Amino acid sequence: MAKKLMKGCEAIGEAAIHAGCRLFFGYPITPQNEIPEYMSARLPQVGGTFVQAESEVAASNMLYGAAGAGCRVFTSSSSPGISLMQEGLSYIAAAELPVVVVNIMRGGPGLGGILPSQSDYFQATKGGGHGDYRVLVLAPSTVQEAADLVIDAFDLADEYRNPVMILGDGLIGQMMEPVEFKKEIKPEDLPEKPWATTGRAGRQQNIINSLYLDPEQLEAHNWDLHRKYQRMAKEVGYEAFNTDGGCDVLIVAYGTVARIAKTAIDLAREKGLKIGLFRPITLYPYPSDALLKTAEGAKAVLVSELSTGQMVEDVRAAIAGRKPVHFYGRVGGMVMGPEDLVEQAEKLVAVPA
Amino acid sequence: MHNEIVMAGFGGQGVLLIGKMLAYAGMNAGNEVTWMPSYGPEMRGGTCNCTVVLSNHPIGSPISKRPHALIALNLPSLDKFEDAVRPGGIIVVNTSLINRLPKRTDVTVVPVPANEIAVELGSAKAANMVALGAFLGASGLVDEEGVEGVLVEAFPNRQKLIELNQKALRRGFEIGQAHAAAVAAG
Repeated sequence: MAKKLMKGCEAIGEAAIHAGCRLFFGYPITPQNEIPEYMSARLPQVGGTFVQAESEVAASNMLYGAAGAGCRVFTSSSSPGISLMQEGLSYIAAAELPVVVVNIMRGGPGLGGILPSQSDYFQATKGGGHGDYRVLVLAPSTVQEAADLVIDAFDLADEYRNPVMILGDGLIGQMMEPVEFKKEIKPEDLPEKPWATTGRAGRQQNIINSLYLDPEQLEAHNWDLHRKYQRMAKEVGYEAFNTDGGCDVLIVAYGTVARIAKTAIDLAREKGLKIGLFRPITLYPYPSDALLKTAEGAKAVLVSELSTGQMVEDVRAAIAGRKPVHFYGRVGGMVMGPEDLVEQAEKLVAVPA
Repeated sequence: MHNEIVMAGFGGQGVLLIGKMLAYAGMNAGNEVTWMPSYGPEMRGGTCNCTVVLSNHPIGSPISKRPHALIALNLPSLDKFEDAVRPGGIIVVNTSLINRLPKRTDVTVVPVPANEIAVELGSAKAANMVALGAFLGASGLVDEEGVEGVLVEAFPNRQKLIELNQKALRRGFEIGQAHAAAVAAG
Protein backbone atom coordinates (compact mmCIF):
# COMPACT_ATOMS: atom_id res chain seq x y z
CA MET A 1 0.00 0.00 0.00
CA ALA A 2 1.26 3.46 -0.90
CA LYS A 3 1.95 6.03 1.76
CA LYS A 4 -1.00 8.18 2.74
CA LEU A 5 -0.98 11.48 4.53
CA MET A 6 -3.04 10.99 7.68
CA LYS A 7 -3.67 12.68 10.99
CA GLY A 8 -2.31 10.74 13.95
CA CYS A 9 -5.84 10.15 15.21
CA GLU A 10 -7.04 8.79 11.86
CA ALA A 11 -3.98 6.57 11.54
CA ILE A 12 -4.68 5.15 15.00
CA GLY A 13 -8.25 4.35 13.94
CA GLU A 14 -7.20 2.74 10.68
CA ALA A 15 -4.48 0.76 12.46
CA ALA A 16 -7.08 -0.70 14.83
CA ILE A 17 -9.06 -1.90 11.83
CA HIS A 18 -5.88 -3.37 10.32
CA ALA A 19 -5.35 -5.18 13.63
CA GLY A 20 -8.70 -6.92 13.18
CA CYS A 21 -10.56 -4.79 15.73
CA ARG A 22 -14.22 -4.29 14.87
CA LEU A 23 -15.54 -2.67 18.05
CA PHE A 24 -15.18 0.84 19.37
CA PHE A 25 -16.92 2.30 22.41
CA GLY A 26 -16.15 5.85 23.38
CA TYR A 27 -17.23 9.34 24.23
CA PRO A 28 -16.01 12.48 22.46
CA ILE A 29 -13.37 14.80 23.86
CA THR A 30 -10.82 17.12 22.22
CA PRO A 31 -8.07 16.59 21.00
CA GLN A 32 -8.87 13.02 19.94
CA ASN A 33 -12.34 13.40 18.36
CA GLU A 34 -10.96 12.36 14.99
CA ILE A 35 -10.57 8.81 16.34
CA PRO A 36 -14.26 8.22 17.16
CA GLU A 37 -15.22 10.22 14.08
CA TYR A 38 -13.06 7.99 11.91
CA MET A 39 -14.28 4.80 13.58
CA SER A 40 -17.92 5.84 13.25
CA ALA A 41 -17.43 6.07 9.49
CA ARG A 42 -15.10 3.11 8.97
CA LEU A 43 -16.45 0.42 11.29
CA PRO A 44 -19.83 0.04 9.54
CA GLN A 45 -17.94 -0.38 6.24
CA VAL A 46 -16.08 -3.42 7.57
CA GLY A 47 -18.96 -5.03 9.47
CA GLY A 48 -17.95 -3.54 12.82
CA THR A 49 -19.84 -1.64 15.48
CA PHE A 50 -19.30 1.88 16.76
CA VAL A 51 -21.11 2.97 19.88
CA GLN A 52 -21.03 6.45 21.31
CA ALA A 53 -21.52 5.63 24.96
CA GLU A 54 -23.41 7.83 27.40
CA SER A 55 -20.19 8.47 29.33
CA GLU A 56 -16.57 7.38 29.58
CA VAL A 57 -17.47 5.21 32.59
CA ALA A 58 -20.01 3.39 30.44
CA ALA A 59 -17.56 3.08 27.54
CA SER A 60 -14.93 1.43 29.73
CA ASN A 61 -17.48 -1.07 31.02
CA MET A 62 -18.63 -1.83 27.46
CA LEU A 63 -14.97 -2.59 26.78
CA TYR A 64 -14.99 -4.95 29.76
CA GLY A 65 -17.97 -6.83 28.37
CA ALA A 66 -16.73 -7.06 24.79
CA ALA A 67 -13.23 -8.14 25.84
CA GLY A 68 -14.77 -10.78 28.12
CA ALA A 69 -16.66 -12.11 25.12
CA GLY A 70 -13.31 -12.53 23.36
CA CYS A 71 -13.54 -9.62 20.90
CA ARG A 72 -10.76 -7.25 19.96
CA VAL A 73 -12.00 -3.90 21.23
CA PHE A 74 -10.62 -0.45 21.80
CA THR A 75 -11.46 3.00 23.01
CA SER A 76 -9.81 6.38 22.93
CA SER A 77 -10.14 9.48 25.02
CA SER A 78 -8.14 12.35 26.42
CA SER A 79 -6.96 12.97 29.96
CA PRO A 80 -10.18 13.83 31.87
CA GLY A 81 -12.03 11.11 29.97
CA ILE A 82 -9.29 8.55 30.75
CA SER A 83 -9.69 9.40 34.44
CA LEU A 84 -13.38 8.52 34.16
CA MET A 85 -12.49 5.20 32.52
CA GLN A 86 -10.29 4.07 35.37
CA GLU A 87 -13.11 2.13 37.04
CA GLY A 88 -13.50 -0.14 34.04
CA LEU A 89 -9.75 -0.38 33.46
CA SER A 90 -9.09 -1.55 37.01
CA TYR A 91 -11.76 -4.26 36.65
CA ILE A 92 -10.41 -5.24 33.23
CA ALA A 93 -6.87 -5.52 34.61
CA ALA A 94 -8.18 -7.58 37.54
CA ALA A 95 -10.17 -9.88 35.26
CA GLU A 96 -7.16 -10.15 32.92
CA LEU A 97 -8.82 -9.05 29.72
CA PRO A 98 -7.15 -7.68 26.59
CA VAL A 99 -8.19 -4.16 25.60
CA VAL A 100 -6.46 -1.27 23.88
CA VAL A 101 -6.91 2.24 25.23
CA VAL A 102 -5.61 5.36 23.53
CA ASN A 103 -4.96 8.48 25.61
CA ILE A 104 -4.29 11.60 23.55
CA MET A 105 -3.17 13.70 26.49
CA ARG A 106 -4.17 17.31 27.06
CA GLY A 107 -3.18 19.77 29.74
CA GLY A 108 -4.56 19.18 33.23
CA PRO A 109 -5.36 18.74 36.06
CA GLY A 110 -9.13 18.98 36.03
CA LEU A 111 -10.62 19.95 32.71
CA GLY A 112 -7.35 21.78 32.01
CA GLY A 113 -6.97 22.72 28.37
CA ILE A 114 -6.97 21.00 24.99
CA LEU A 115 -3.36 21.53 23.94
CA PRO A 116 -0.57 18.90 24.05
CA SER A 117 0.69 17.65 27.38
CA GLN A 118 2.43 14.65 28.92
CA SER A 119 1.03 15.06 32.39
CA ASP A 120 -0.70 11.67 32.59
CA TYR A 121 2.56 9.70 32.78
CA PHE A 122 2.05 8.74 36.42
CA GLN A 123 -1.56 7.72 35.79
CA ALA A 124 -0.61 5.62 32.77
CA THR A 125 2.48 3.88 34.12
CA LYS A 126 1.66 3.36 37.80
CA GLY A 127 -1.71 1.69 37.38
CA GLY A 128 -4.20 4.51 36.97
CA GLY A 129 -7.19 3.18 38.86
CA HIS A 130 -7.41 1.50 42.25
CA GLY A 131 -5.59 -1.69 43.11
CA ASP A 132 -2.21 -3.19 42.48
CA TYR A 133 -2.05 -3.41 38.70
CA ARG A 134 -0.20 -2.11 35.67
CA VAL A 135 -1.04 -1.52 32.04
CA LEU A 136 1.52 -1.86 29.29
CA VAL A 137 2.16 1.66 27.94
CA LEU A 138 3.46 2.50 24.46
CA ALA A 139 4.48 6.04 23.48
CA PRO A 140 4.68 6.82 19.74
CA SER A 141 6.55 9.84 18.48
CA THR A 142 5.48 9.78 14.83
CA VAL A 143 2.21 9.06 13.06
CA GLN A 144 3.75 5.96 11.47
CA GLU A 145 4.88 4.71 14.84
CA ALA A 146 1.43 5.40 16.31
CA ALA A 147 -0.08 3.17 13.62
CA ASP A 148 2.53 0.43 14.11
CA LEU A 149 2.21 0.49 17.90
CA VAL A 150 -1.59 0.26 17.78
CA ILE A 151 -1.30 -2.97 15.79
CA ASP A 152 1.34 -4.26 18.24
CA ALA A 153 -0.86 -3.17 21.15
CA PHE A 154 -3.65 -5.56 20.17
CA ASP A 155 -1.21 -8.48 19.95
CA LEU A 156 0.40 -7.58 23.29
CA ALA A 157 -3.00 -7.19 24.94
CA ASP A 158 -3.98 -10.67 23.78
CA GLU A 159 -0.63 -12.19 24.74
CA TYR A 160 -0.68 -10.85 28.30
CA ARG A 161 -4.47 -10.61 28.68
CA ASN A 162 -3.96 -7.10 29.92
CA PRO A 163 -4.91 -3.55 28.97
CA VAL A 164 -2.39 -1.84 26.69
CA MET A 165 -2.36 1.93 26.53
CA ILE A 166 -1.13 4.10 23.68
CA LEU A 167 0.02 7.34 25.28
CA GLY A 168 0.14 10.20 22.81
CA ASP A 169 -0.62 13.88 23.02
CA GLY A 170 -2.52 16.47 21.03
CA LEU A 171 0.42 17.02 18.74
CA ILE A 172 0.74 13.36 17.73
CA GLY A 173 -3.05 13.15 17.35
CA GLN A 174 -3.53 16.27 15.26
CA MET A 175 -0.41 16.18 13.09
CA MET A 176 -0.48 14.71 9.59
CA GLU A 177 2.41 12.61 8.36
CA PRO A 178 2.84 9.97 5.70
CA VAL A 179 1.81 6.55 6.94
CA GLU A 180 1.59 3.08 5.51
CA PHE A 181 -0.06 0.00 6.92
CA LYS A 182 2.25 -2.94 6.64
CA LYS A 183 -0.08 -5.76 7.59
CA GLU A 184 -3.76 -6.49 7.79
CA ILE A 185 -5.24 -9.03 10.15
CA LYS A 186 -8.69 -10.41 9.45
CA PRO A 187 -10.83 -10.88 12.60
CA GLU A 188 -11.58 -14.48 11.56
CA ASP A 189 -7.84 -15.28 11.48
CA LEU A 190 -7.24 -14.22 15.08
CA PRO A 191 -6.25 -16.96 17.54
CA GLU A 192 -9.01 -18.55 19.63
CA LYS A 193 -9.55 -17.26 23.15
CA PRO A 194 -10.57 -20.40 25.07
CA TRP A 195 -11.13 -18.41 28.27
CA ALA A 196 -13.77 -16.10 26.73
CA THR A 197 -17.44 -16.18 27.69
CA THR A 198 -18.82 -17.17 24.32
CA GLY A 199 -21.65 -19.49 25.43
CA ARG A 200 -21.10 -22.62 27.49
CA ALA A 201 -22.31 -25.25 25.03
CA GLY A 202 -20.07 -28.31 25.05
CA ARG A 203 -17.40 -27.07 27.44
CA GLN A 204 -16.61 -26.08 31.00
CA GLN A 205 -18.03 -22.79 32.25
CA ASN A 206 -15.76 -19.76 31.81
CA ILE A 207 -16.05 -17.13 34.50
CA ILE A 208 -14.80 -13.56 34.24
CA ASN A 209 -14.70 -11.82 37.57
CA SER A 210 -12.70 -9.39 39.67
CA LEU A 211 -14.26 -10.19 43.06
CA TYR A 212 -12.17 -12.31 45.45
CA LEU A 213 -13.63 -12.22 48.96
CA ASP A 214 -11.19 -14.83 50.23
CA PRO A 215 -8.01 -12.92 51.13
CA GLU A 216 -5.76 -15.93 50.46
CA GLN A 217 -7.18 -16.24 46.96
CA LEU A 218 -6.90 -12.51 46.36
CA GLU A 219 -3.31 -12.48 47.57
CA ALA A 220 -2.47 -15.32 45.19
CA HIS A 221 -4.22 -13.46 42.37
CA ASN A 222 -2.29 -10.27 43.12
CA TRP A 223 1.04 -12.11 43.02
CA ASP A 224 -0.01 -13.83 39.78
CA LEU A 225 -0.67 -10.42 38.27
CA HIS A 226 2.64 -9.15 39.61
CA ARG A 227 4.54 -12.04 37.98
CA LYS A 228 2.78 -11.28 34.73
CA TYR A 229 3.92 -7.66 34.86
CA GLN A 230 7.46 -8.87 35.47
CA ARG A 231 7.22 -11.12 32.42
CA MET A 232 6.25 -8.03 30.39
CA ALA A 233 9.76 -6.68 31.01
CA LYS A 234 10.93 -8.47 27.88
CA GLU A 235 8.75 -6.13 25.79
CA VAL A 236 10.86 -3.03 26.59
CA GLY A 237 11.34 -0.77 23.61
CA TYR A 238 13.53 2.29 23.20
CA GLU A 239 15.61 4.21 20.70
CA ALA A 240 19.09 5.55 21.43
CA PHE A 241 19.98 8.29 18.96
CA ASN A 242 23.35 10.02 18.46
CA THR A 243 24.77 8.30 21.55
CA ASP A 244 27.56 6.22 19.98
CA GLY A 245 30.89 7.23 21.46
CA GLY A 246 29.21 9.12 24.31
CA CYS A 247 27.74 12.61 24.39
CA ASP A 248 27.93 15.85 26.34
CA VAL A 249 24.28 15.79 27.35
CA LEU A 250 21.88 12.88 27.08
CA ILE A 251 18.29 14.04 26.69
CA VAL A 252 15.71 11.54 27.88
CA ALA A 253 12.32 12.23 26.32
CA TYR A 254 9.38 10.37 24.81
CA GLY A 255 6.70 11.10 22.24
CA THR A 256 6.48 14.68 21.03
CA VAL A 257 9.38 15.97 23.11
CA ALA A 258 11.68 13.30 21.64
CA ARG A 259 10.97 14.64 18.14
CA ILE A 260 11.81 18.16 19.24
CA ALA A 261 15.00 16.82 20.84
CA LYS A 262 16.06 15.38 17.47
CA THR A 263 15.92 18.85 15.94
CA ALA A 264 17.82 20.14 18.99
CA ILE A 265 20.56 17.58 18.25
CA ASP A 266 21.07 19.11 14.80
CA LEU A 267 21.11 22.67 16.18
CA ALA A 268 23.59 21.72 18.91
CA ARG A 269 25.89 20.01 16.42
CA GLU A 270 26.32 23.35 14.63
CA LYS A 271 27.47 24.78 17.96
CA GLY A 272 29.92 21.96 18.63
CA LEU A 273 27.80 20.44 21.39
CA LYS A 274 26.97 16.75 21.20
CA ILE A 275 23.49 15.94 22.44
CA GLY A 276 22.30 12.34 22.52
CA LEU A 277 18.73 11.16 22.88
CA PHE A 278 17.32 8.22 24.76
CA ARG A 279 13.69 7.73 23.80
CA PRO A 280 11.65 5.13 25.69
CA ILE A 281 9.00 3.60 23.44
CA THR A 282 7.55 1.47 26.23
CA LEU A 283 6.89 3.59 29.31
CA TYR A 284 5.78 0.52 31.23
CA PRO A 285 7.83 -1.65 31.26
CA TYR A 286 10.45 1.12 31.50
CA PRO A 287 13.76 0.49 29.68
CA SER A 288 15.80 1.18 32.83
CA ASP A 289 18.77 -1.08 32.07
CA ALA A 290 19.27 0.28 28.57
CA LEU A 291 18.95 3.83 29.88
CA LEU A 292 21.59 3.30 32.55
CA LYS A 293 23.95 1.82 29.99
CA THR A 294 23.40 4.71 27.56
CA ALA A 295 23.76 7.30 30.33
CA GLU A 296 27.19 5.92 31.27
CA GLY A 297 28.59 7.57 28.15
CA ALA A 298 27.06 10.97 28.93
CA LYS A 299 28.46 13.80 31.01
CA ALA A 300 24.99 14.88 32.14
CA VAL A 301 21.41 13.71 31.75
CA LEU A 302 18.56 16.08 30.94
CA VAL A 303 15.01 14.78 31.19
CA SER A 304 12.49 16.84 29.28
CA GLU A 305 8.74 16.40 29.44
CA LEU A 306 5.51 18.30 28.91
CA SER A 307 4.91 18.04 32.65
CA THR A 308 6.43 19.41 35.83
CA GLY A 309 8.44 16.19 36.17
CA GLN A 310 6.95 12.71 36.11
CA MET A 311 9.08 10.36 33.98
CA VAL A 312 12.11 12.00 35.59
CA GLU A 313 11.38 9.85 38.67
CA ASP A 314 11.83 6.65 36.64
CA VAL A 315 14.99 8.07 35.10
CA ARG A 316 16.41 8.89 38.54
CA ALA A 317 15.51 5.40 39.75
CA ALA A 318 17.25 3.83 36.73
CA ILE A 319 20.39 5.95 37.02
CA ALA A 320 20.48 5.60 40.79
CA GLY A 321 22.68 8.60 41.45
CA ARG A 322 25.45 7.60 39.05
CA LYS A 323 25.00 10.72 36.91
CA PRO A 324 23.49 14.11 37.63
CA VAL A 325 19.91 14.12 36.33
CA HIS A 326 18.39 17.49 35.43
CA PHE A 327 14.87 18.35 34.39
CA TYR A 328 13.28 20.80 31.99
CA GLY A 329 9.53 20.87 31.39
CA ARG A 330 6.79 22.97 29.82
CA VAL A 331 3.18 22.58 30.84
CA GLY A 332 -0.37 23.75 30.26
CA GLY A 333 -0.24 23.09 26.52
CA MET A 334 2.97 25.06 25.96
CA VAL A 335 5.56 23.13 23.95
CA MET A 336 9.29 23.80 24.09
CA GLY A 337 11.17 24.54 20.88
CA PRO A 338 14.42 22.83 19.89
CA GLU A 339 16.28 26.06 20.75
CA ASP A 340 15.02 25.80 24.34
CA LEU A 341 16.44 22.29 24.69
CA VAL A 342 19.79 23.40 23.29
CA GLU A 343 19.85 26.31 25.75
CA GLN A 344 19.14 23.96 28.67
CA ALA A 345 21.84 21.55 27.49
CA GLU A 346 24.36 24.38 27.11
CA LYS A 347 23.77 25.40 30.73
CA LEU A 348 24.71 21.91 31.86
CA VAL A 349 28.06 21.87 30.09
CA ALA A 350 29.01 25.46 30.85
CA VAL A 351 32.20 25.45 32.89
CA PRO A 352 31.80 27.58 36.02
CA ALA A 353 34.13 30.59 35.93
CA MET B 1 16.51 21.01 2.06
CA HIS B 2 14.41 21.90 5.06
CA ASN B 3 11.48 24.29 4.88
CA GLU B 4 8.94 25.34 7.45
CA ILE B 5 5.92 27.17 6.06
CA VAL B 6 3.10 28.78 8.04
CA MET B 7 -0.24 29.42 6.34
CA ALA B 8 -2.75 31.58 8.17
CA GLY B 9 -6.09 33.28 7.67
CA PHE B 10 -9.72 33.33 8.81
CA GLY B 11 -11.50 30.06 9.43
CA GLY B 12 -13.17 29.18 6.12
CA GLN B 13 -10.49 30.64 3.84
CA GLY B 14 -9.12 27.20 3.13
CA VAL B 15 -5.84 27.58 4.97
CA LEU B 16 -5.77 23.98 6.17
CA LEU B 17 -6.58 22.73 2.67
CA ILE B 18 -3.69 24.51 0.95
CA GLY B 19 -1.43 23.24 3.72
CA LYS B 20 -2.55 19.70 3.04
CA MET B 21 -2.04 20.15 -0.70
CA LEU B 22 1.47 21.43 -0.14
CA ALA B 23 2.20 18.51 2.19
CA TYR B 24 0.78 15.97 -0.28
CA ALA B 25 2.77 17.44 -3.15
CA GLY B 26 5.90 17.39 -1.01
CA MET B 27 5.30 13.77 -0.04
CA ASN B 28 4.66 12.74 -3.65
CA ALA B 29 7.95 14.42 -4.60
CA GLY B 30 9.74 12.13 -2.14
CA ASN B 31 10.18 14.49 0.81
CA GLU B 32 9.55 13.96 4.49
CA VAL B 33 6.52 16.04 5.43
CA THR B 34 4.46 17.07 8.43
CA TRP B 35 1.25 19.09 8.56
CA MET B 36 0.19 20.54 11.88
CA PRO B 37 -2.99 22.59 12.36
CA SER B 38 -3.58 25.07 15.14
CA TYR B 39 -6.37 23.47 17.12
CA GLY B 40 -6.81 25.87 19.99
CA PRO B 41 -10.30 27.05 20.88
CA GLU B 42 -11.52 29.43 18.18
CA MET B 43 -14.88 30.94 17.33
CA ARG B 44 -16.44 30.72 13.89
CA GLY B 45 -14.69 33.26 11.68
CA GLY B 46 -11.71 33.32 14.04
CA THR B 47 -8.12 32.85 12.99
CA CYS B 48 -6.77 29.57 11.74
CA ASN B 49 -3.30 28.44 10.79
CA CYS B 50 -1.23 25.42 9.96
CA THR B 51 2.44 24.63 9.65
CA VAL B 52 3.87 22.44 6.92
CA VAL B 53 7.43 21.17 7.13
CA LEU B 54 9.11 19.76 4.03
CA SER B 55 12.52 18.22 4.45
CA ASN B 56 14.92 15.74 2.96
CA HIS B 57 15.63 14.24 6.38
CA PRO B 58 13.33 13.04 9.19
CA ILE B 59 11.42 15.94 10.71
CA GLY B 60 11.77 16.69 14.40
CA SER B 61 9.44 19.44 15.52
CA PRO B 62 6.28 19.81 13.37
CA ILE B 63 5.73 23.27 14.82
CA SER B 64 7.89 26.25 13.97
CA LYS B 65 8.82 29.33 15.89
CA ARG B 66 10.99 30.58 13.01
CA PRO B 67 9.32 29.61 9.71
CA HIS B 68 11.04 30.06 6.36
CA ALA B 69 7.84 31.35 4.79
CA LEU B 70 4.45 32.79 5.66
CA ILE B 71 1.32 32.83 3.53
CA ALA B 72 -0.89 35.47 5.15
CA LEU B 73 -4.47 35.53 3.91
CA ASN B 74 -5.68 38.20 6.34
CA LEU B 75 -4.33 41.05 8.45
CA PRO B 76 -4.34 39.34 11.88
CA SER B 77 -2.18 36.59 10.38
CA LEU B 78 0.39 39.04 9.06
CA ASP B 79 0.40 40.87 12.40
CA LYS B 80 0.89 37.62 14.29
CA PHE B 81 3.58 35.90 12.21
CA GLU B 82 5.47 38.64 10.33
CA ASP B 83 8.25 38.99 12.91
CA ALA B 84 8.77 35.24 13.18
CA VAL B 85 9.78 34.68 9.54
CA ARG B 86 13.48 33.97 9.10
CA PRO B 87 15.64 36.56 7.34
CA GLY B 88 15.82 35.67 3.66
CA GLY B 89 12.39 34.04 3.86
CA ILE B 90 9.21 34.69 1.91
CA ILE B 91 5.99 36.41 2.95
CA VAL B 92 3.01 36.09 0.61
CA VAL B 93 0.53 38.86 1.38
CA ASN B 94 -3.08 38.70 0.27
CA THR B 95 -3.45 42.38 -0.60
CA SER B 96 -7.20 41.95 -1.19
CA LEU B 97 -7.72 41.77 2.57
CA ILE B 98 -4.49 43.19 3.97
CA ASN B 99 -4.14 46.94 3.69
CA ARG B 100 -0.47 47.14 4.59
CA LEU B 101 2.76 45.56 3.41
CA PRO B 102 5.18 43.85 5.79
CA LYS B 103 7.62 46.13 7.61
CA ARG B 104 10.36 43.58 7.15
CA THR B 105 13.04 44.45 4.63
CA ASP B 106 15.08 41.26 4.98
CA VAL B 107 12.52 38.93 3.39
CA THR B 108 11.01 38.54 -0.07
CA VAL B 109 7.52 40.01 0.01
CA VAL B 110 5.09 38.70 -2.60
CA PRO B 111 1.95 40.87 -2.72
CA VAL B 112 -0.96 39.16 -4.48
CA PRO B 113 -4.60 40.32 -4.70
CA ALA B 114 -5.79 36.75 -4.18
CA ASN B 115 -9.50 37.43 -3.68
CA GLU B 116 -9.81 39.75 -6.69
CA ILE B 117 -8.08 37.23 -8.94
CA ALA B 118 -10.23 34.39 -7.60
CA VAL B 119 -13.45 36.36 -8.19
CA GLU B 120 -12.28 37.15 -11.70
CA LEU B 121 -11.73 33.42 -12.30
CA GLY B 122 -15.16 32.49 -11.01
CA SER B 123 -15.19 32.12 -7.23
CA ALA B 124 -13.74 34.03 -4.28
CA LYS B 125 -13.29 30.67 -2.58
CA ALA B 126 -10.26 29.95 -4.75
CA ALA B 127 -8.27 32.83 -3.19
CA ASN B 128 -6.35 30.30 -1.11
CA MET B 129 -5.16 28.56 -4.29
CA VAL B 130 -3.97 31.85 -5.78
CA ALA B 131 -1.94 32.51 -2.65
CA LEU B 132 -0.51 28.98 -2.64
CA GLY B 133 0.39 29.35 -6.32
CA ALA B 134 2.14 32.64 -5.59
CA PHE B 135 4.18 30.97 -2.87
CA LEU B 136 5.16 28.08 -5.14
CA GLY B 137 6.11 30.46 -7.93
CA ALA B 138 8.27 32.58 -5.65
CA SER B 139 9.88 29.71 -3.74
CA GLY B 140 10.25 27.02 -6.40
CA LEU B 141 9.82 24.57 -3.51
CA VAL B 142 7.46 22.09 -5.14
CA ASP B 143 6.70 22.22 -8.83
CA GLU B 144 3.30 23.47 -9.83
CA GLU B 145 2.36 20.27 -11.70
CA GLY B 146 2.93 18.32 -8.49
CA VAL B 147 0.36 20.45 -6.68
CA GLU B 148 -2.06 20.31 -9.61
CA GLY B 149 -1.84 16.53 -9.45
CA VAL B 150 -2.91 16.69 -5.83
CA LEU B 151 -5.99 18.73 -6.85
CA VAL B 152 -7.24 15.79 -8.85
CA GLU B 153 -6.89 13.58 -5.76
CA ALA B 154 -8.43 16.21 -3.47
CA PHE B 155 -11.56 16.72 -5.59
CA PRO B 156 -12.28 13.39 -7.26
CA ASN B 157 -14.91 13.67 -10.02
CA ARG B 158 -15.33 17.39 -9.46
CA GLN B 159 -14.03 18.54 -12.83
CA LYS B 160 -15.33 22.11 -12.54
CA LEU B 161 -13.73 22.59 -9.14
CA ILE B 162 -10.45 21.11 -10.35
CA GLU B 163 -10.39 23.46 -13.34
CA LEU B 164 -11.17 26.56 -11.28
CA ASN B 165 -8.52 25.68 -8.71
CA GLN B 166 -5.98 24.87 -11.41
CA LYS B 167 -6.53 28.26 -13.00
CA ALA B 168 -6.20 29.95 -9.62
CA LEU B 169 -2.99 28.08 -8.84
CA ARG B 170 -1.50 28.96 -12.24
CA ARG B 171 -2.35 32.65 -11.97
CA GLY B 172 -0.82 32.78 -8.53
CA PHE B 173 2.21 30.82 -9.73
CA GLU B 174 2.86 33.28 -12.58
CA ILE B 175 2.65 36.25 -10.22
CA GLY B 176 4.98 34.62 -7.69
CA GLN B 177 7.47 33.57 -10.34
CA ALA B 178 7.51 36.99 -12.00
CA HIS B 179 7.93 38.65 -8.63
CA ALA B 180 10.82 36.40 -7.63
CA ALA B 181 12.52 37.03 -11.00
CA ALA B 182 12.12 40.78 -10.54
CA VAL B 183 13.60 40.60 -7.04
CA ALA B 184 16.52 38.49 -8.30
CA ALA B 185 17.17 41.01 -11.06
CA GLY B 186 17.26 43.76 -8.42
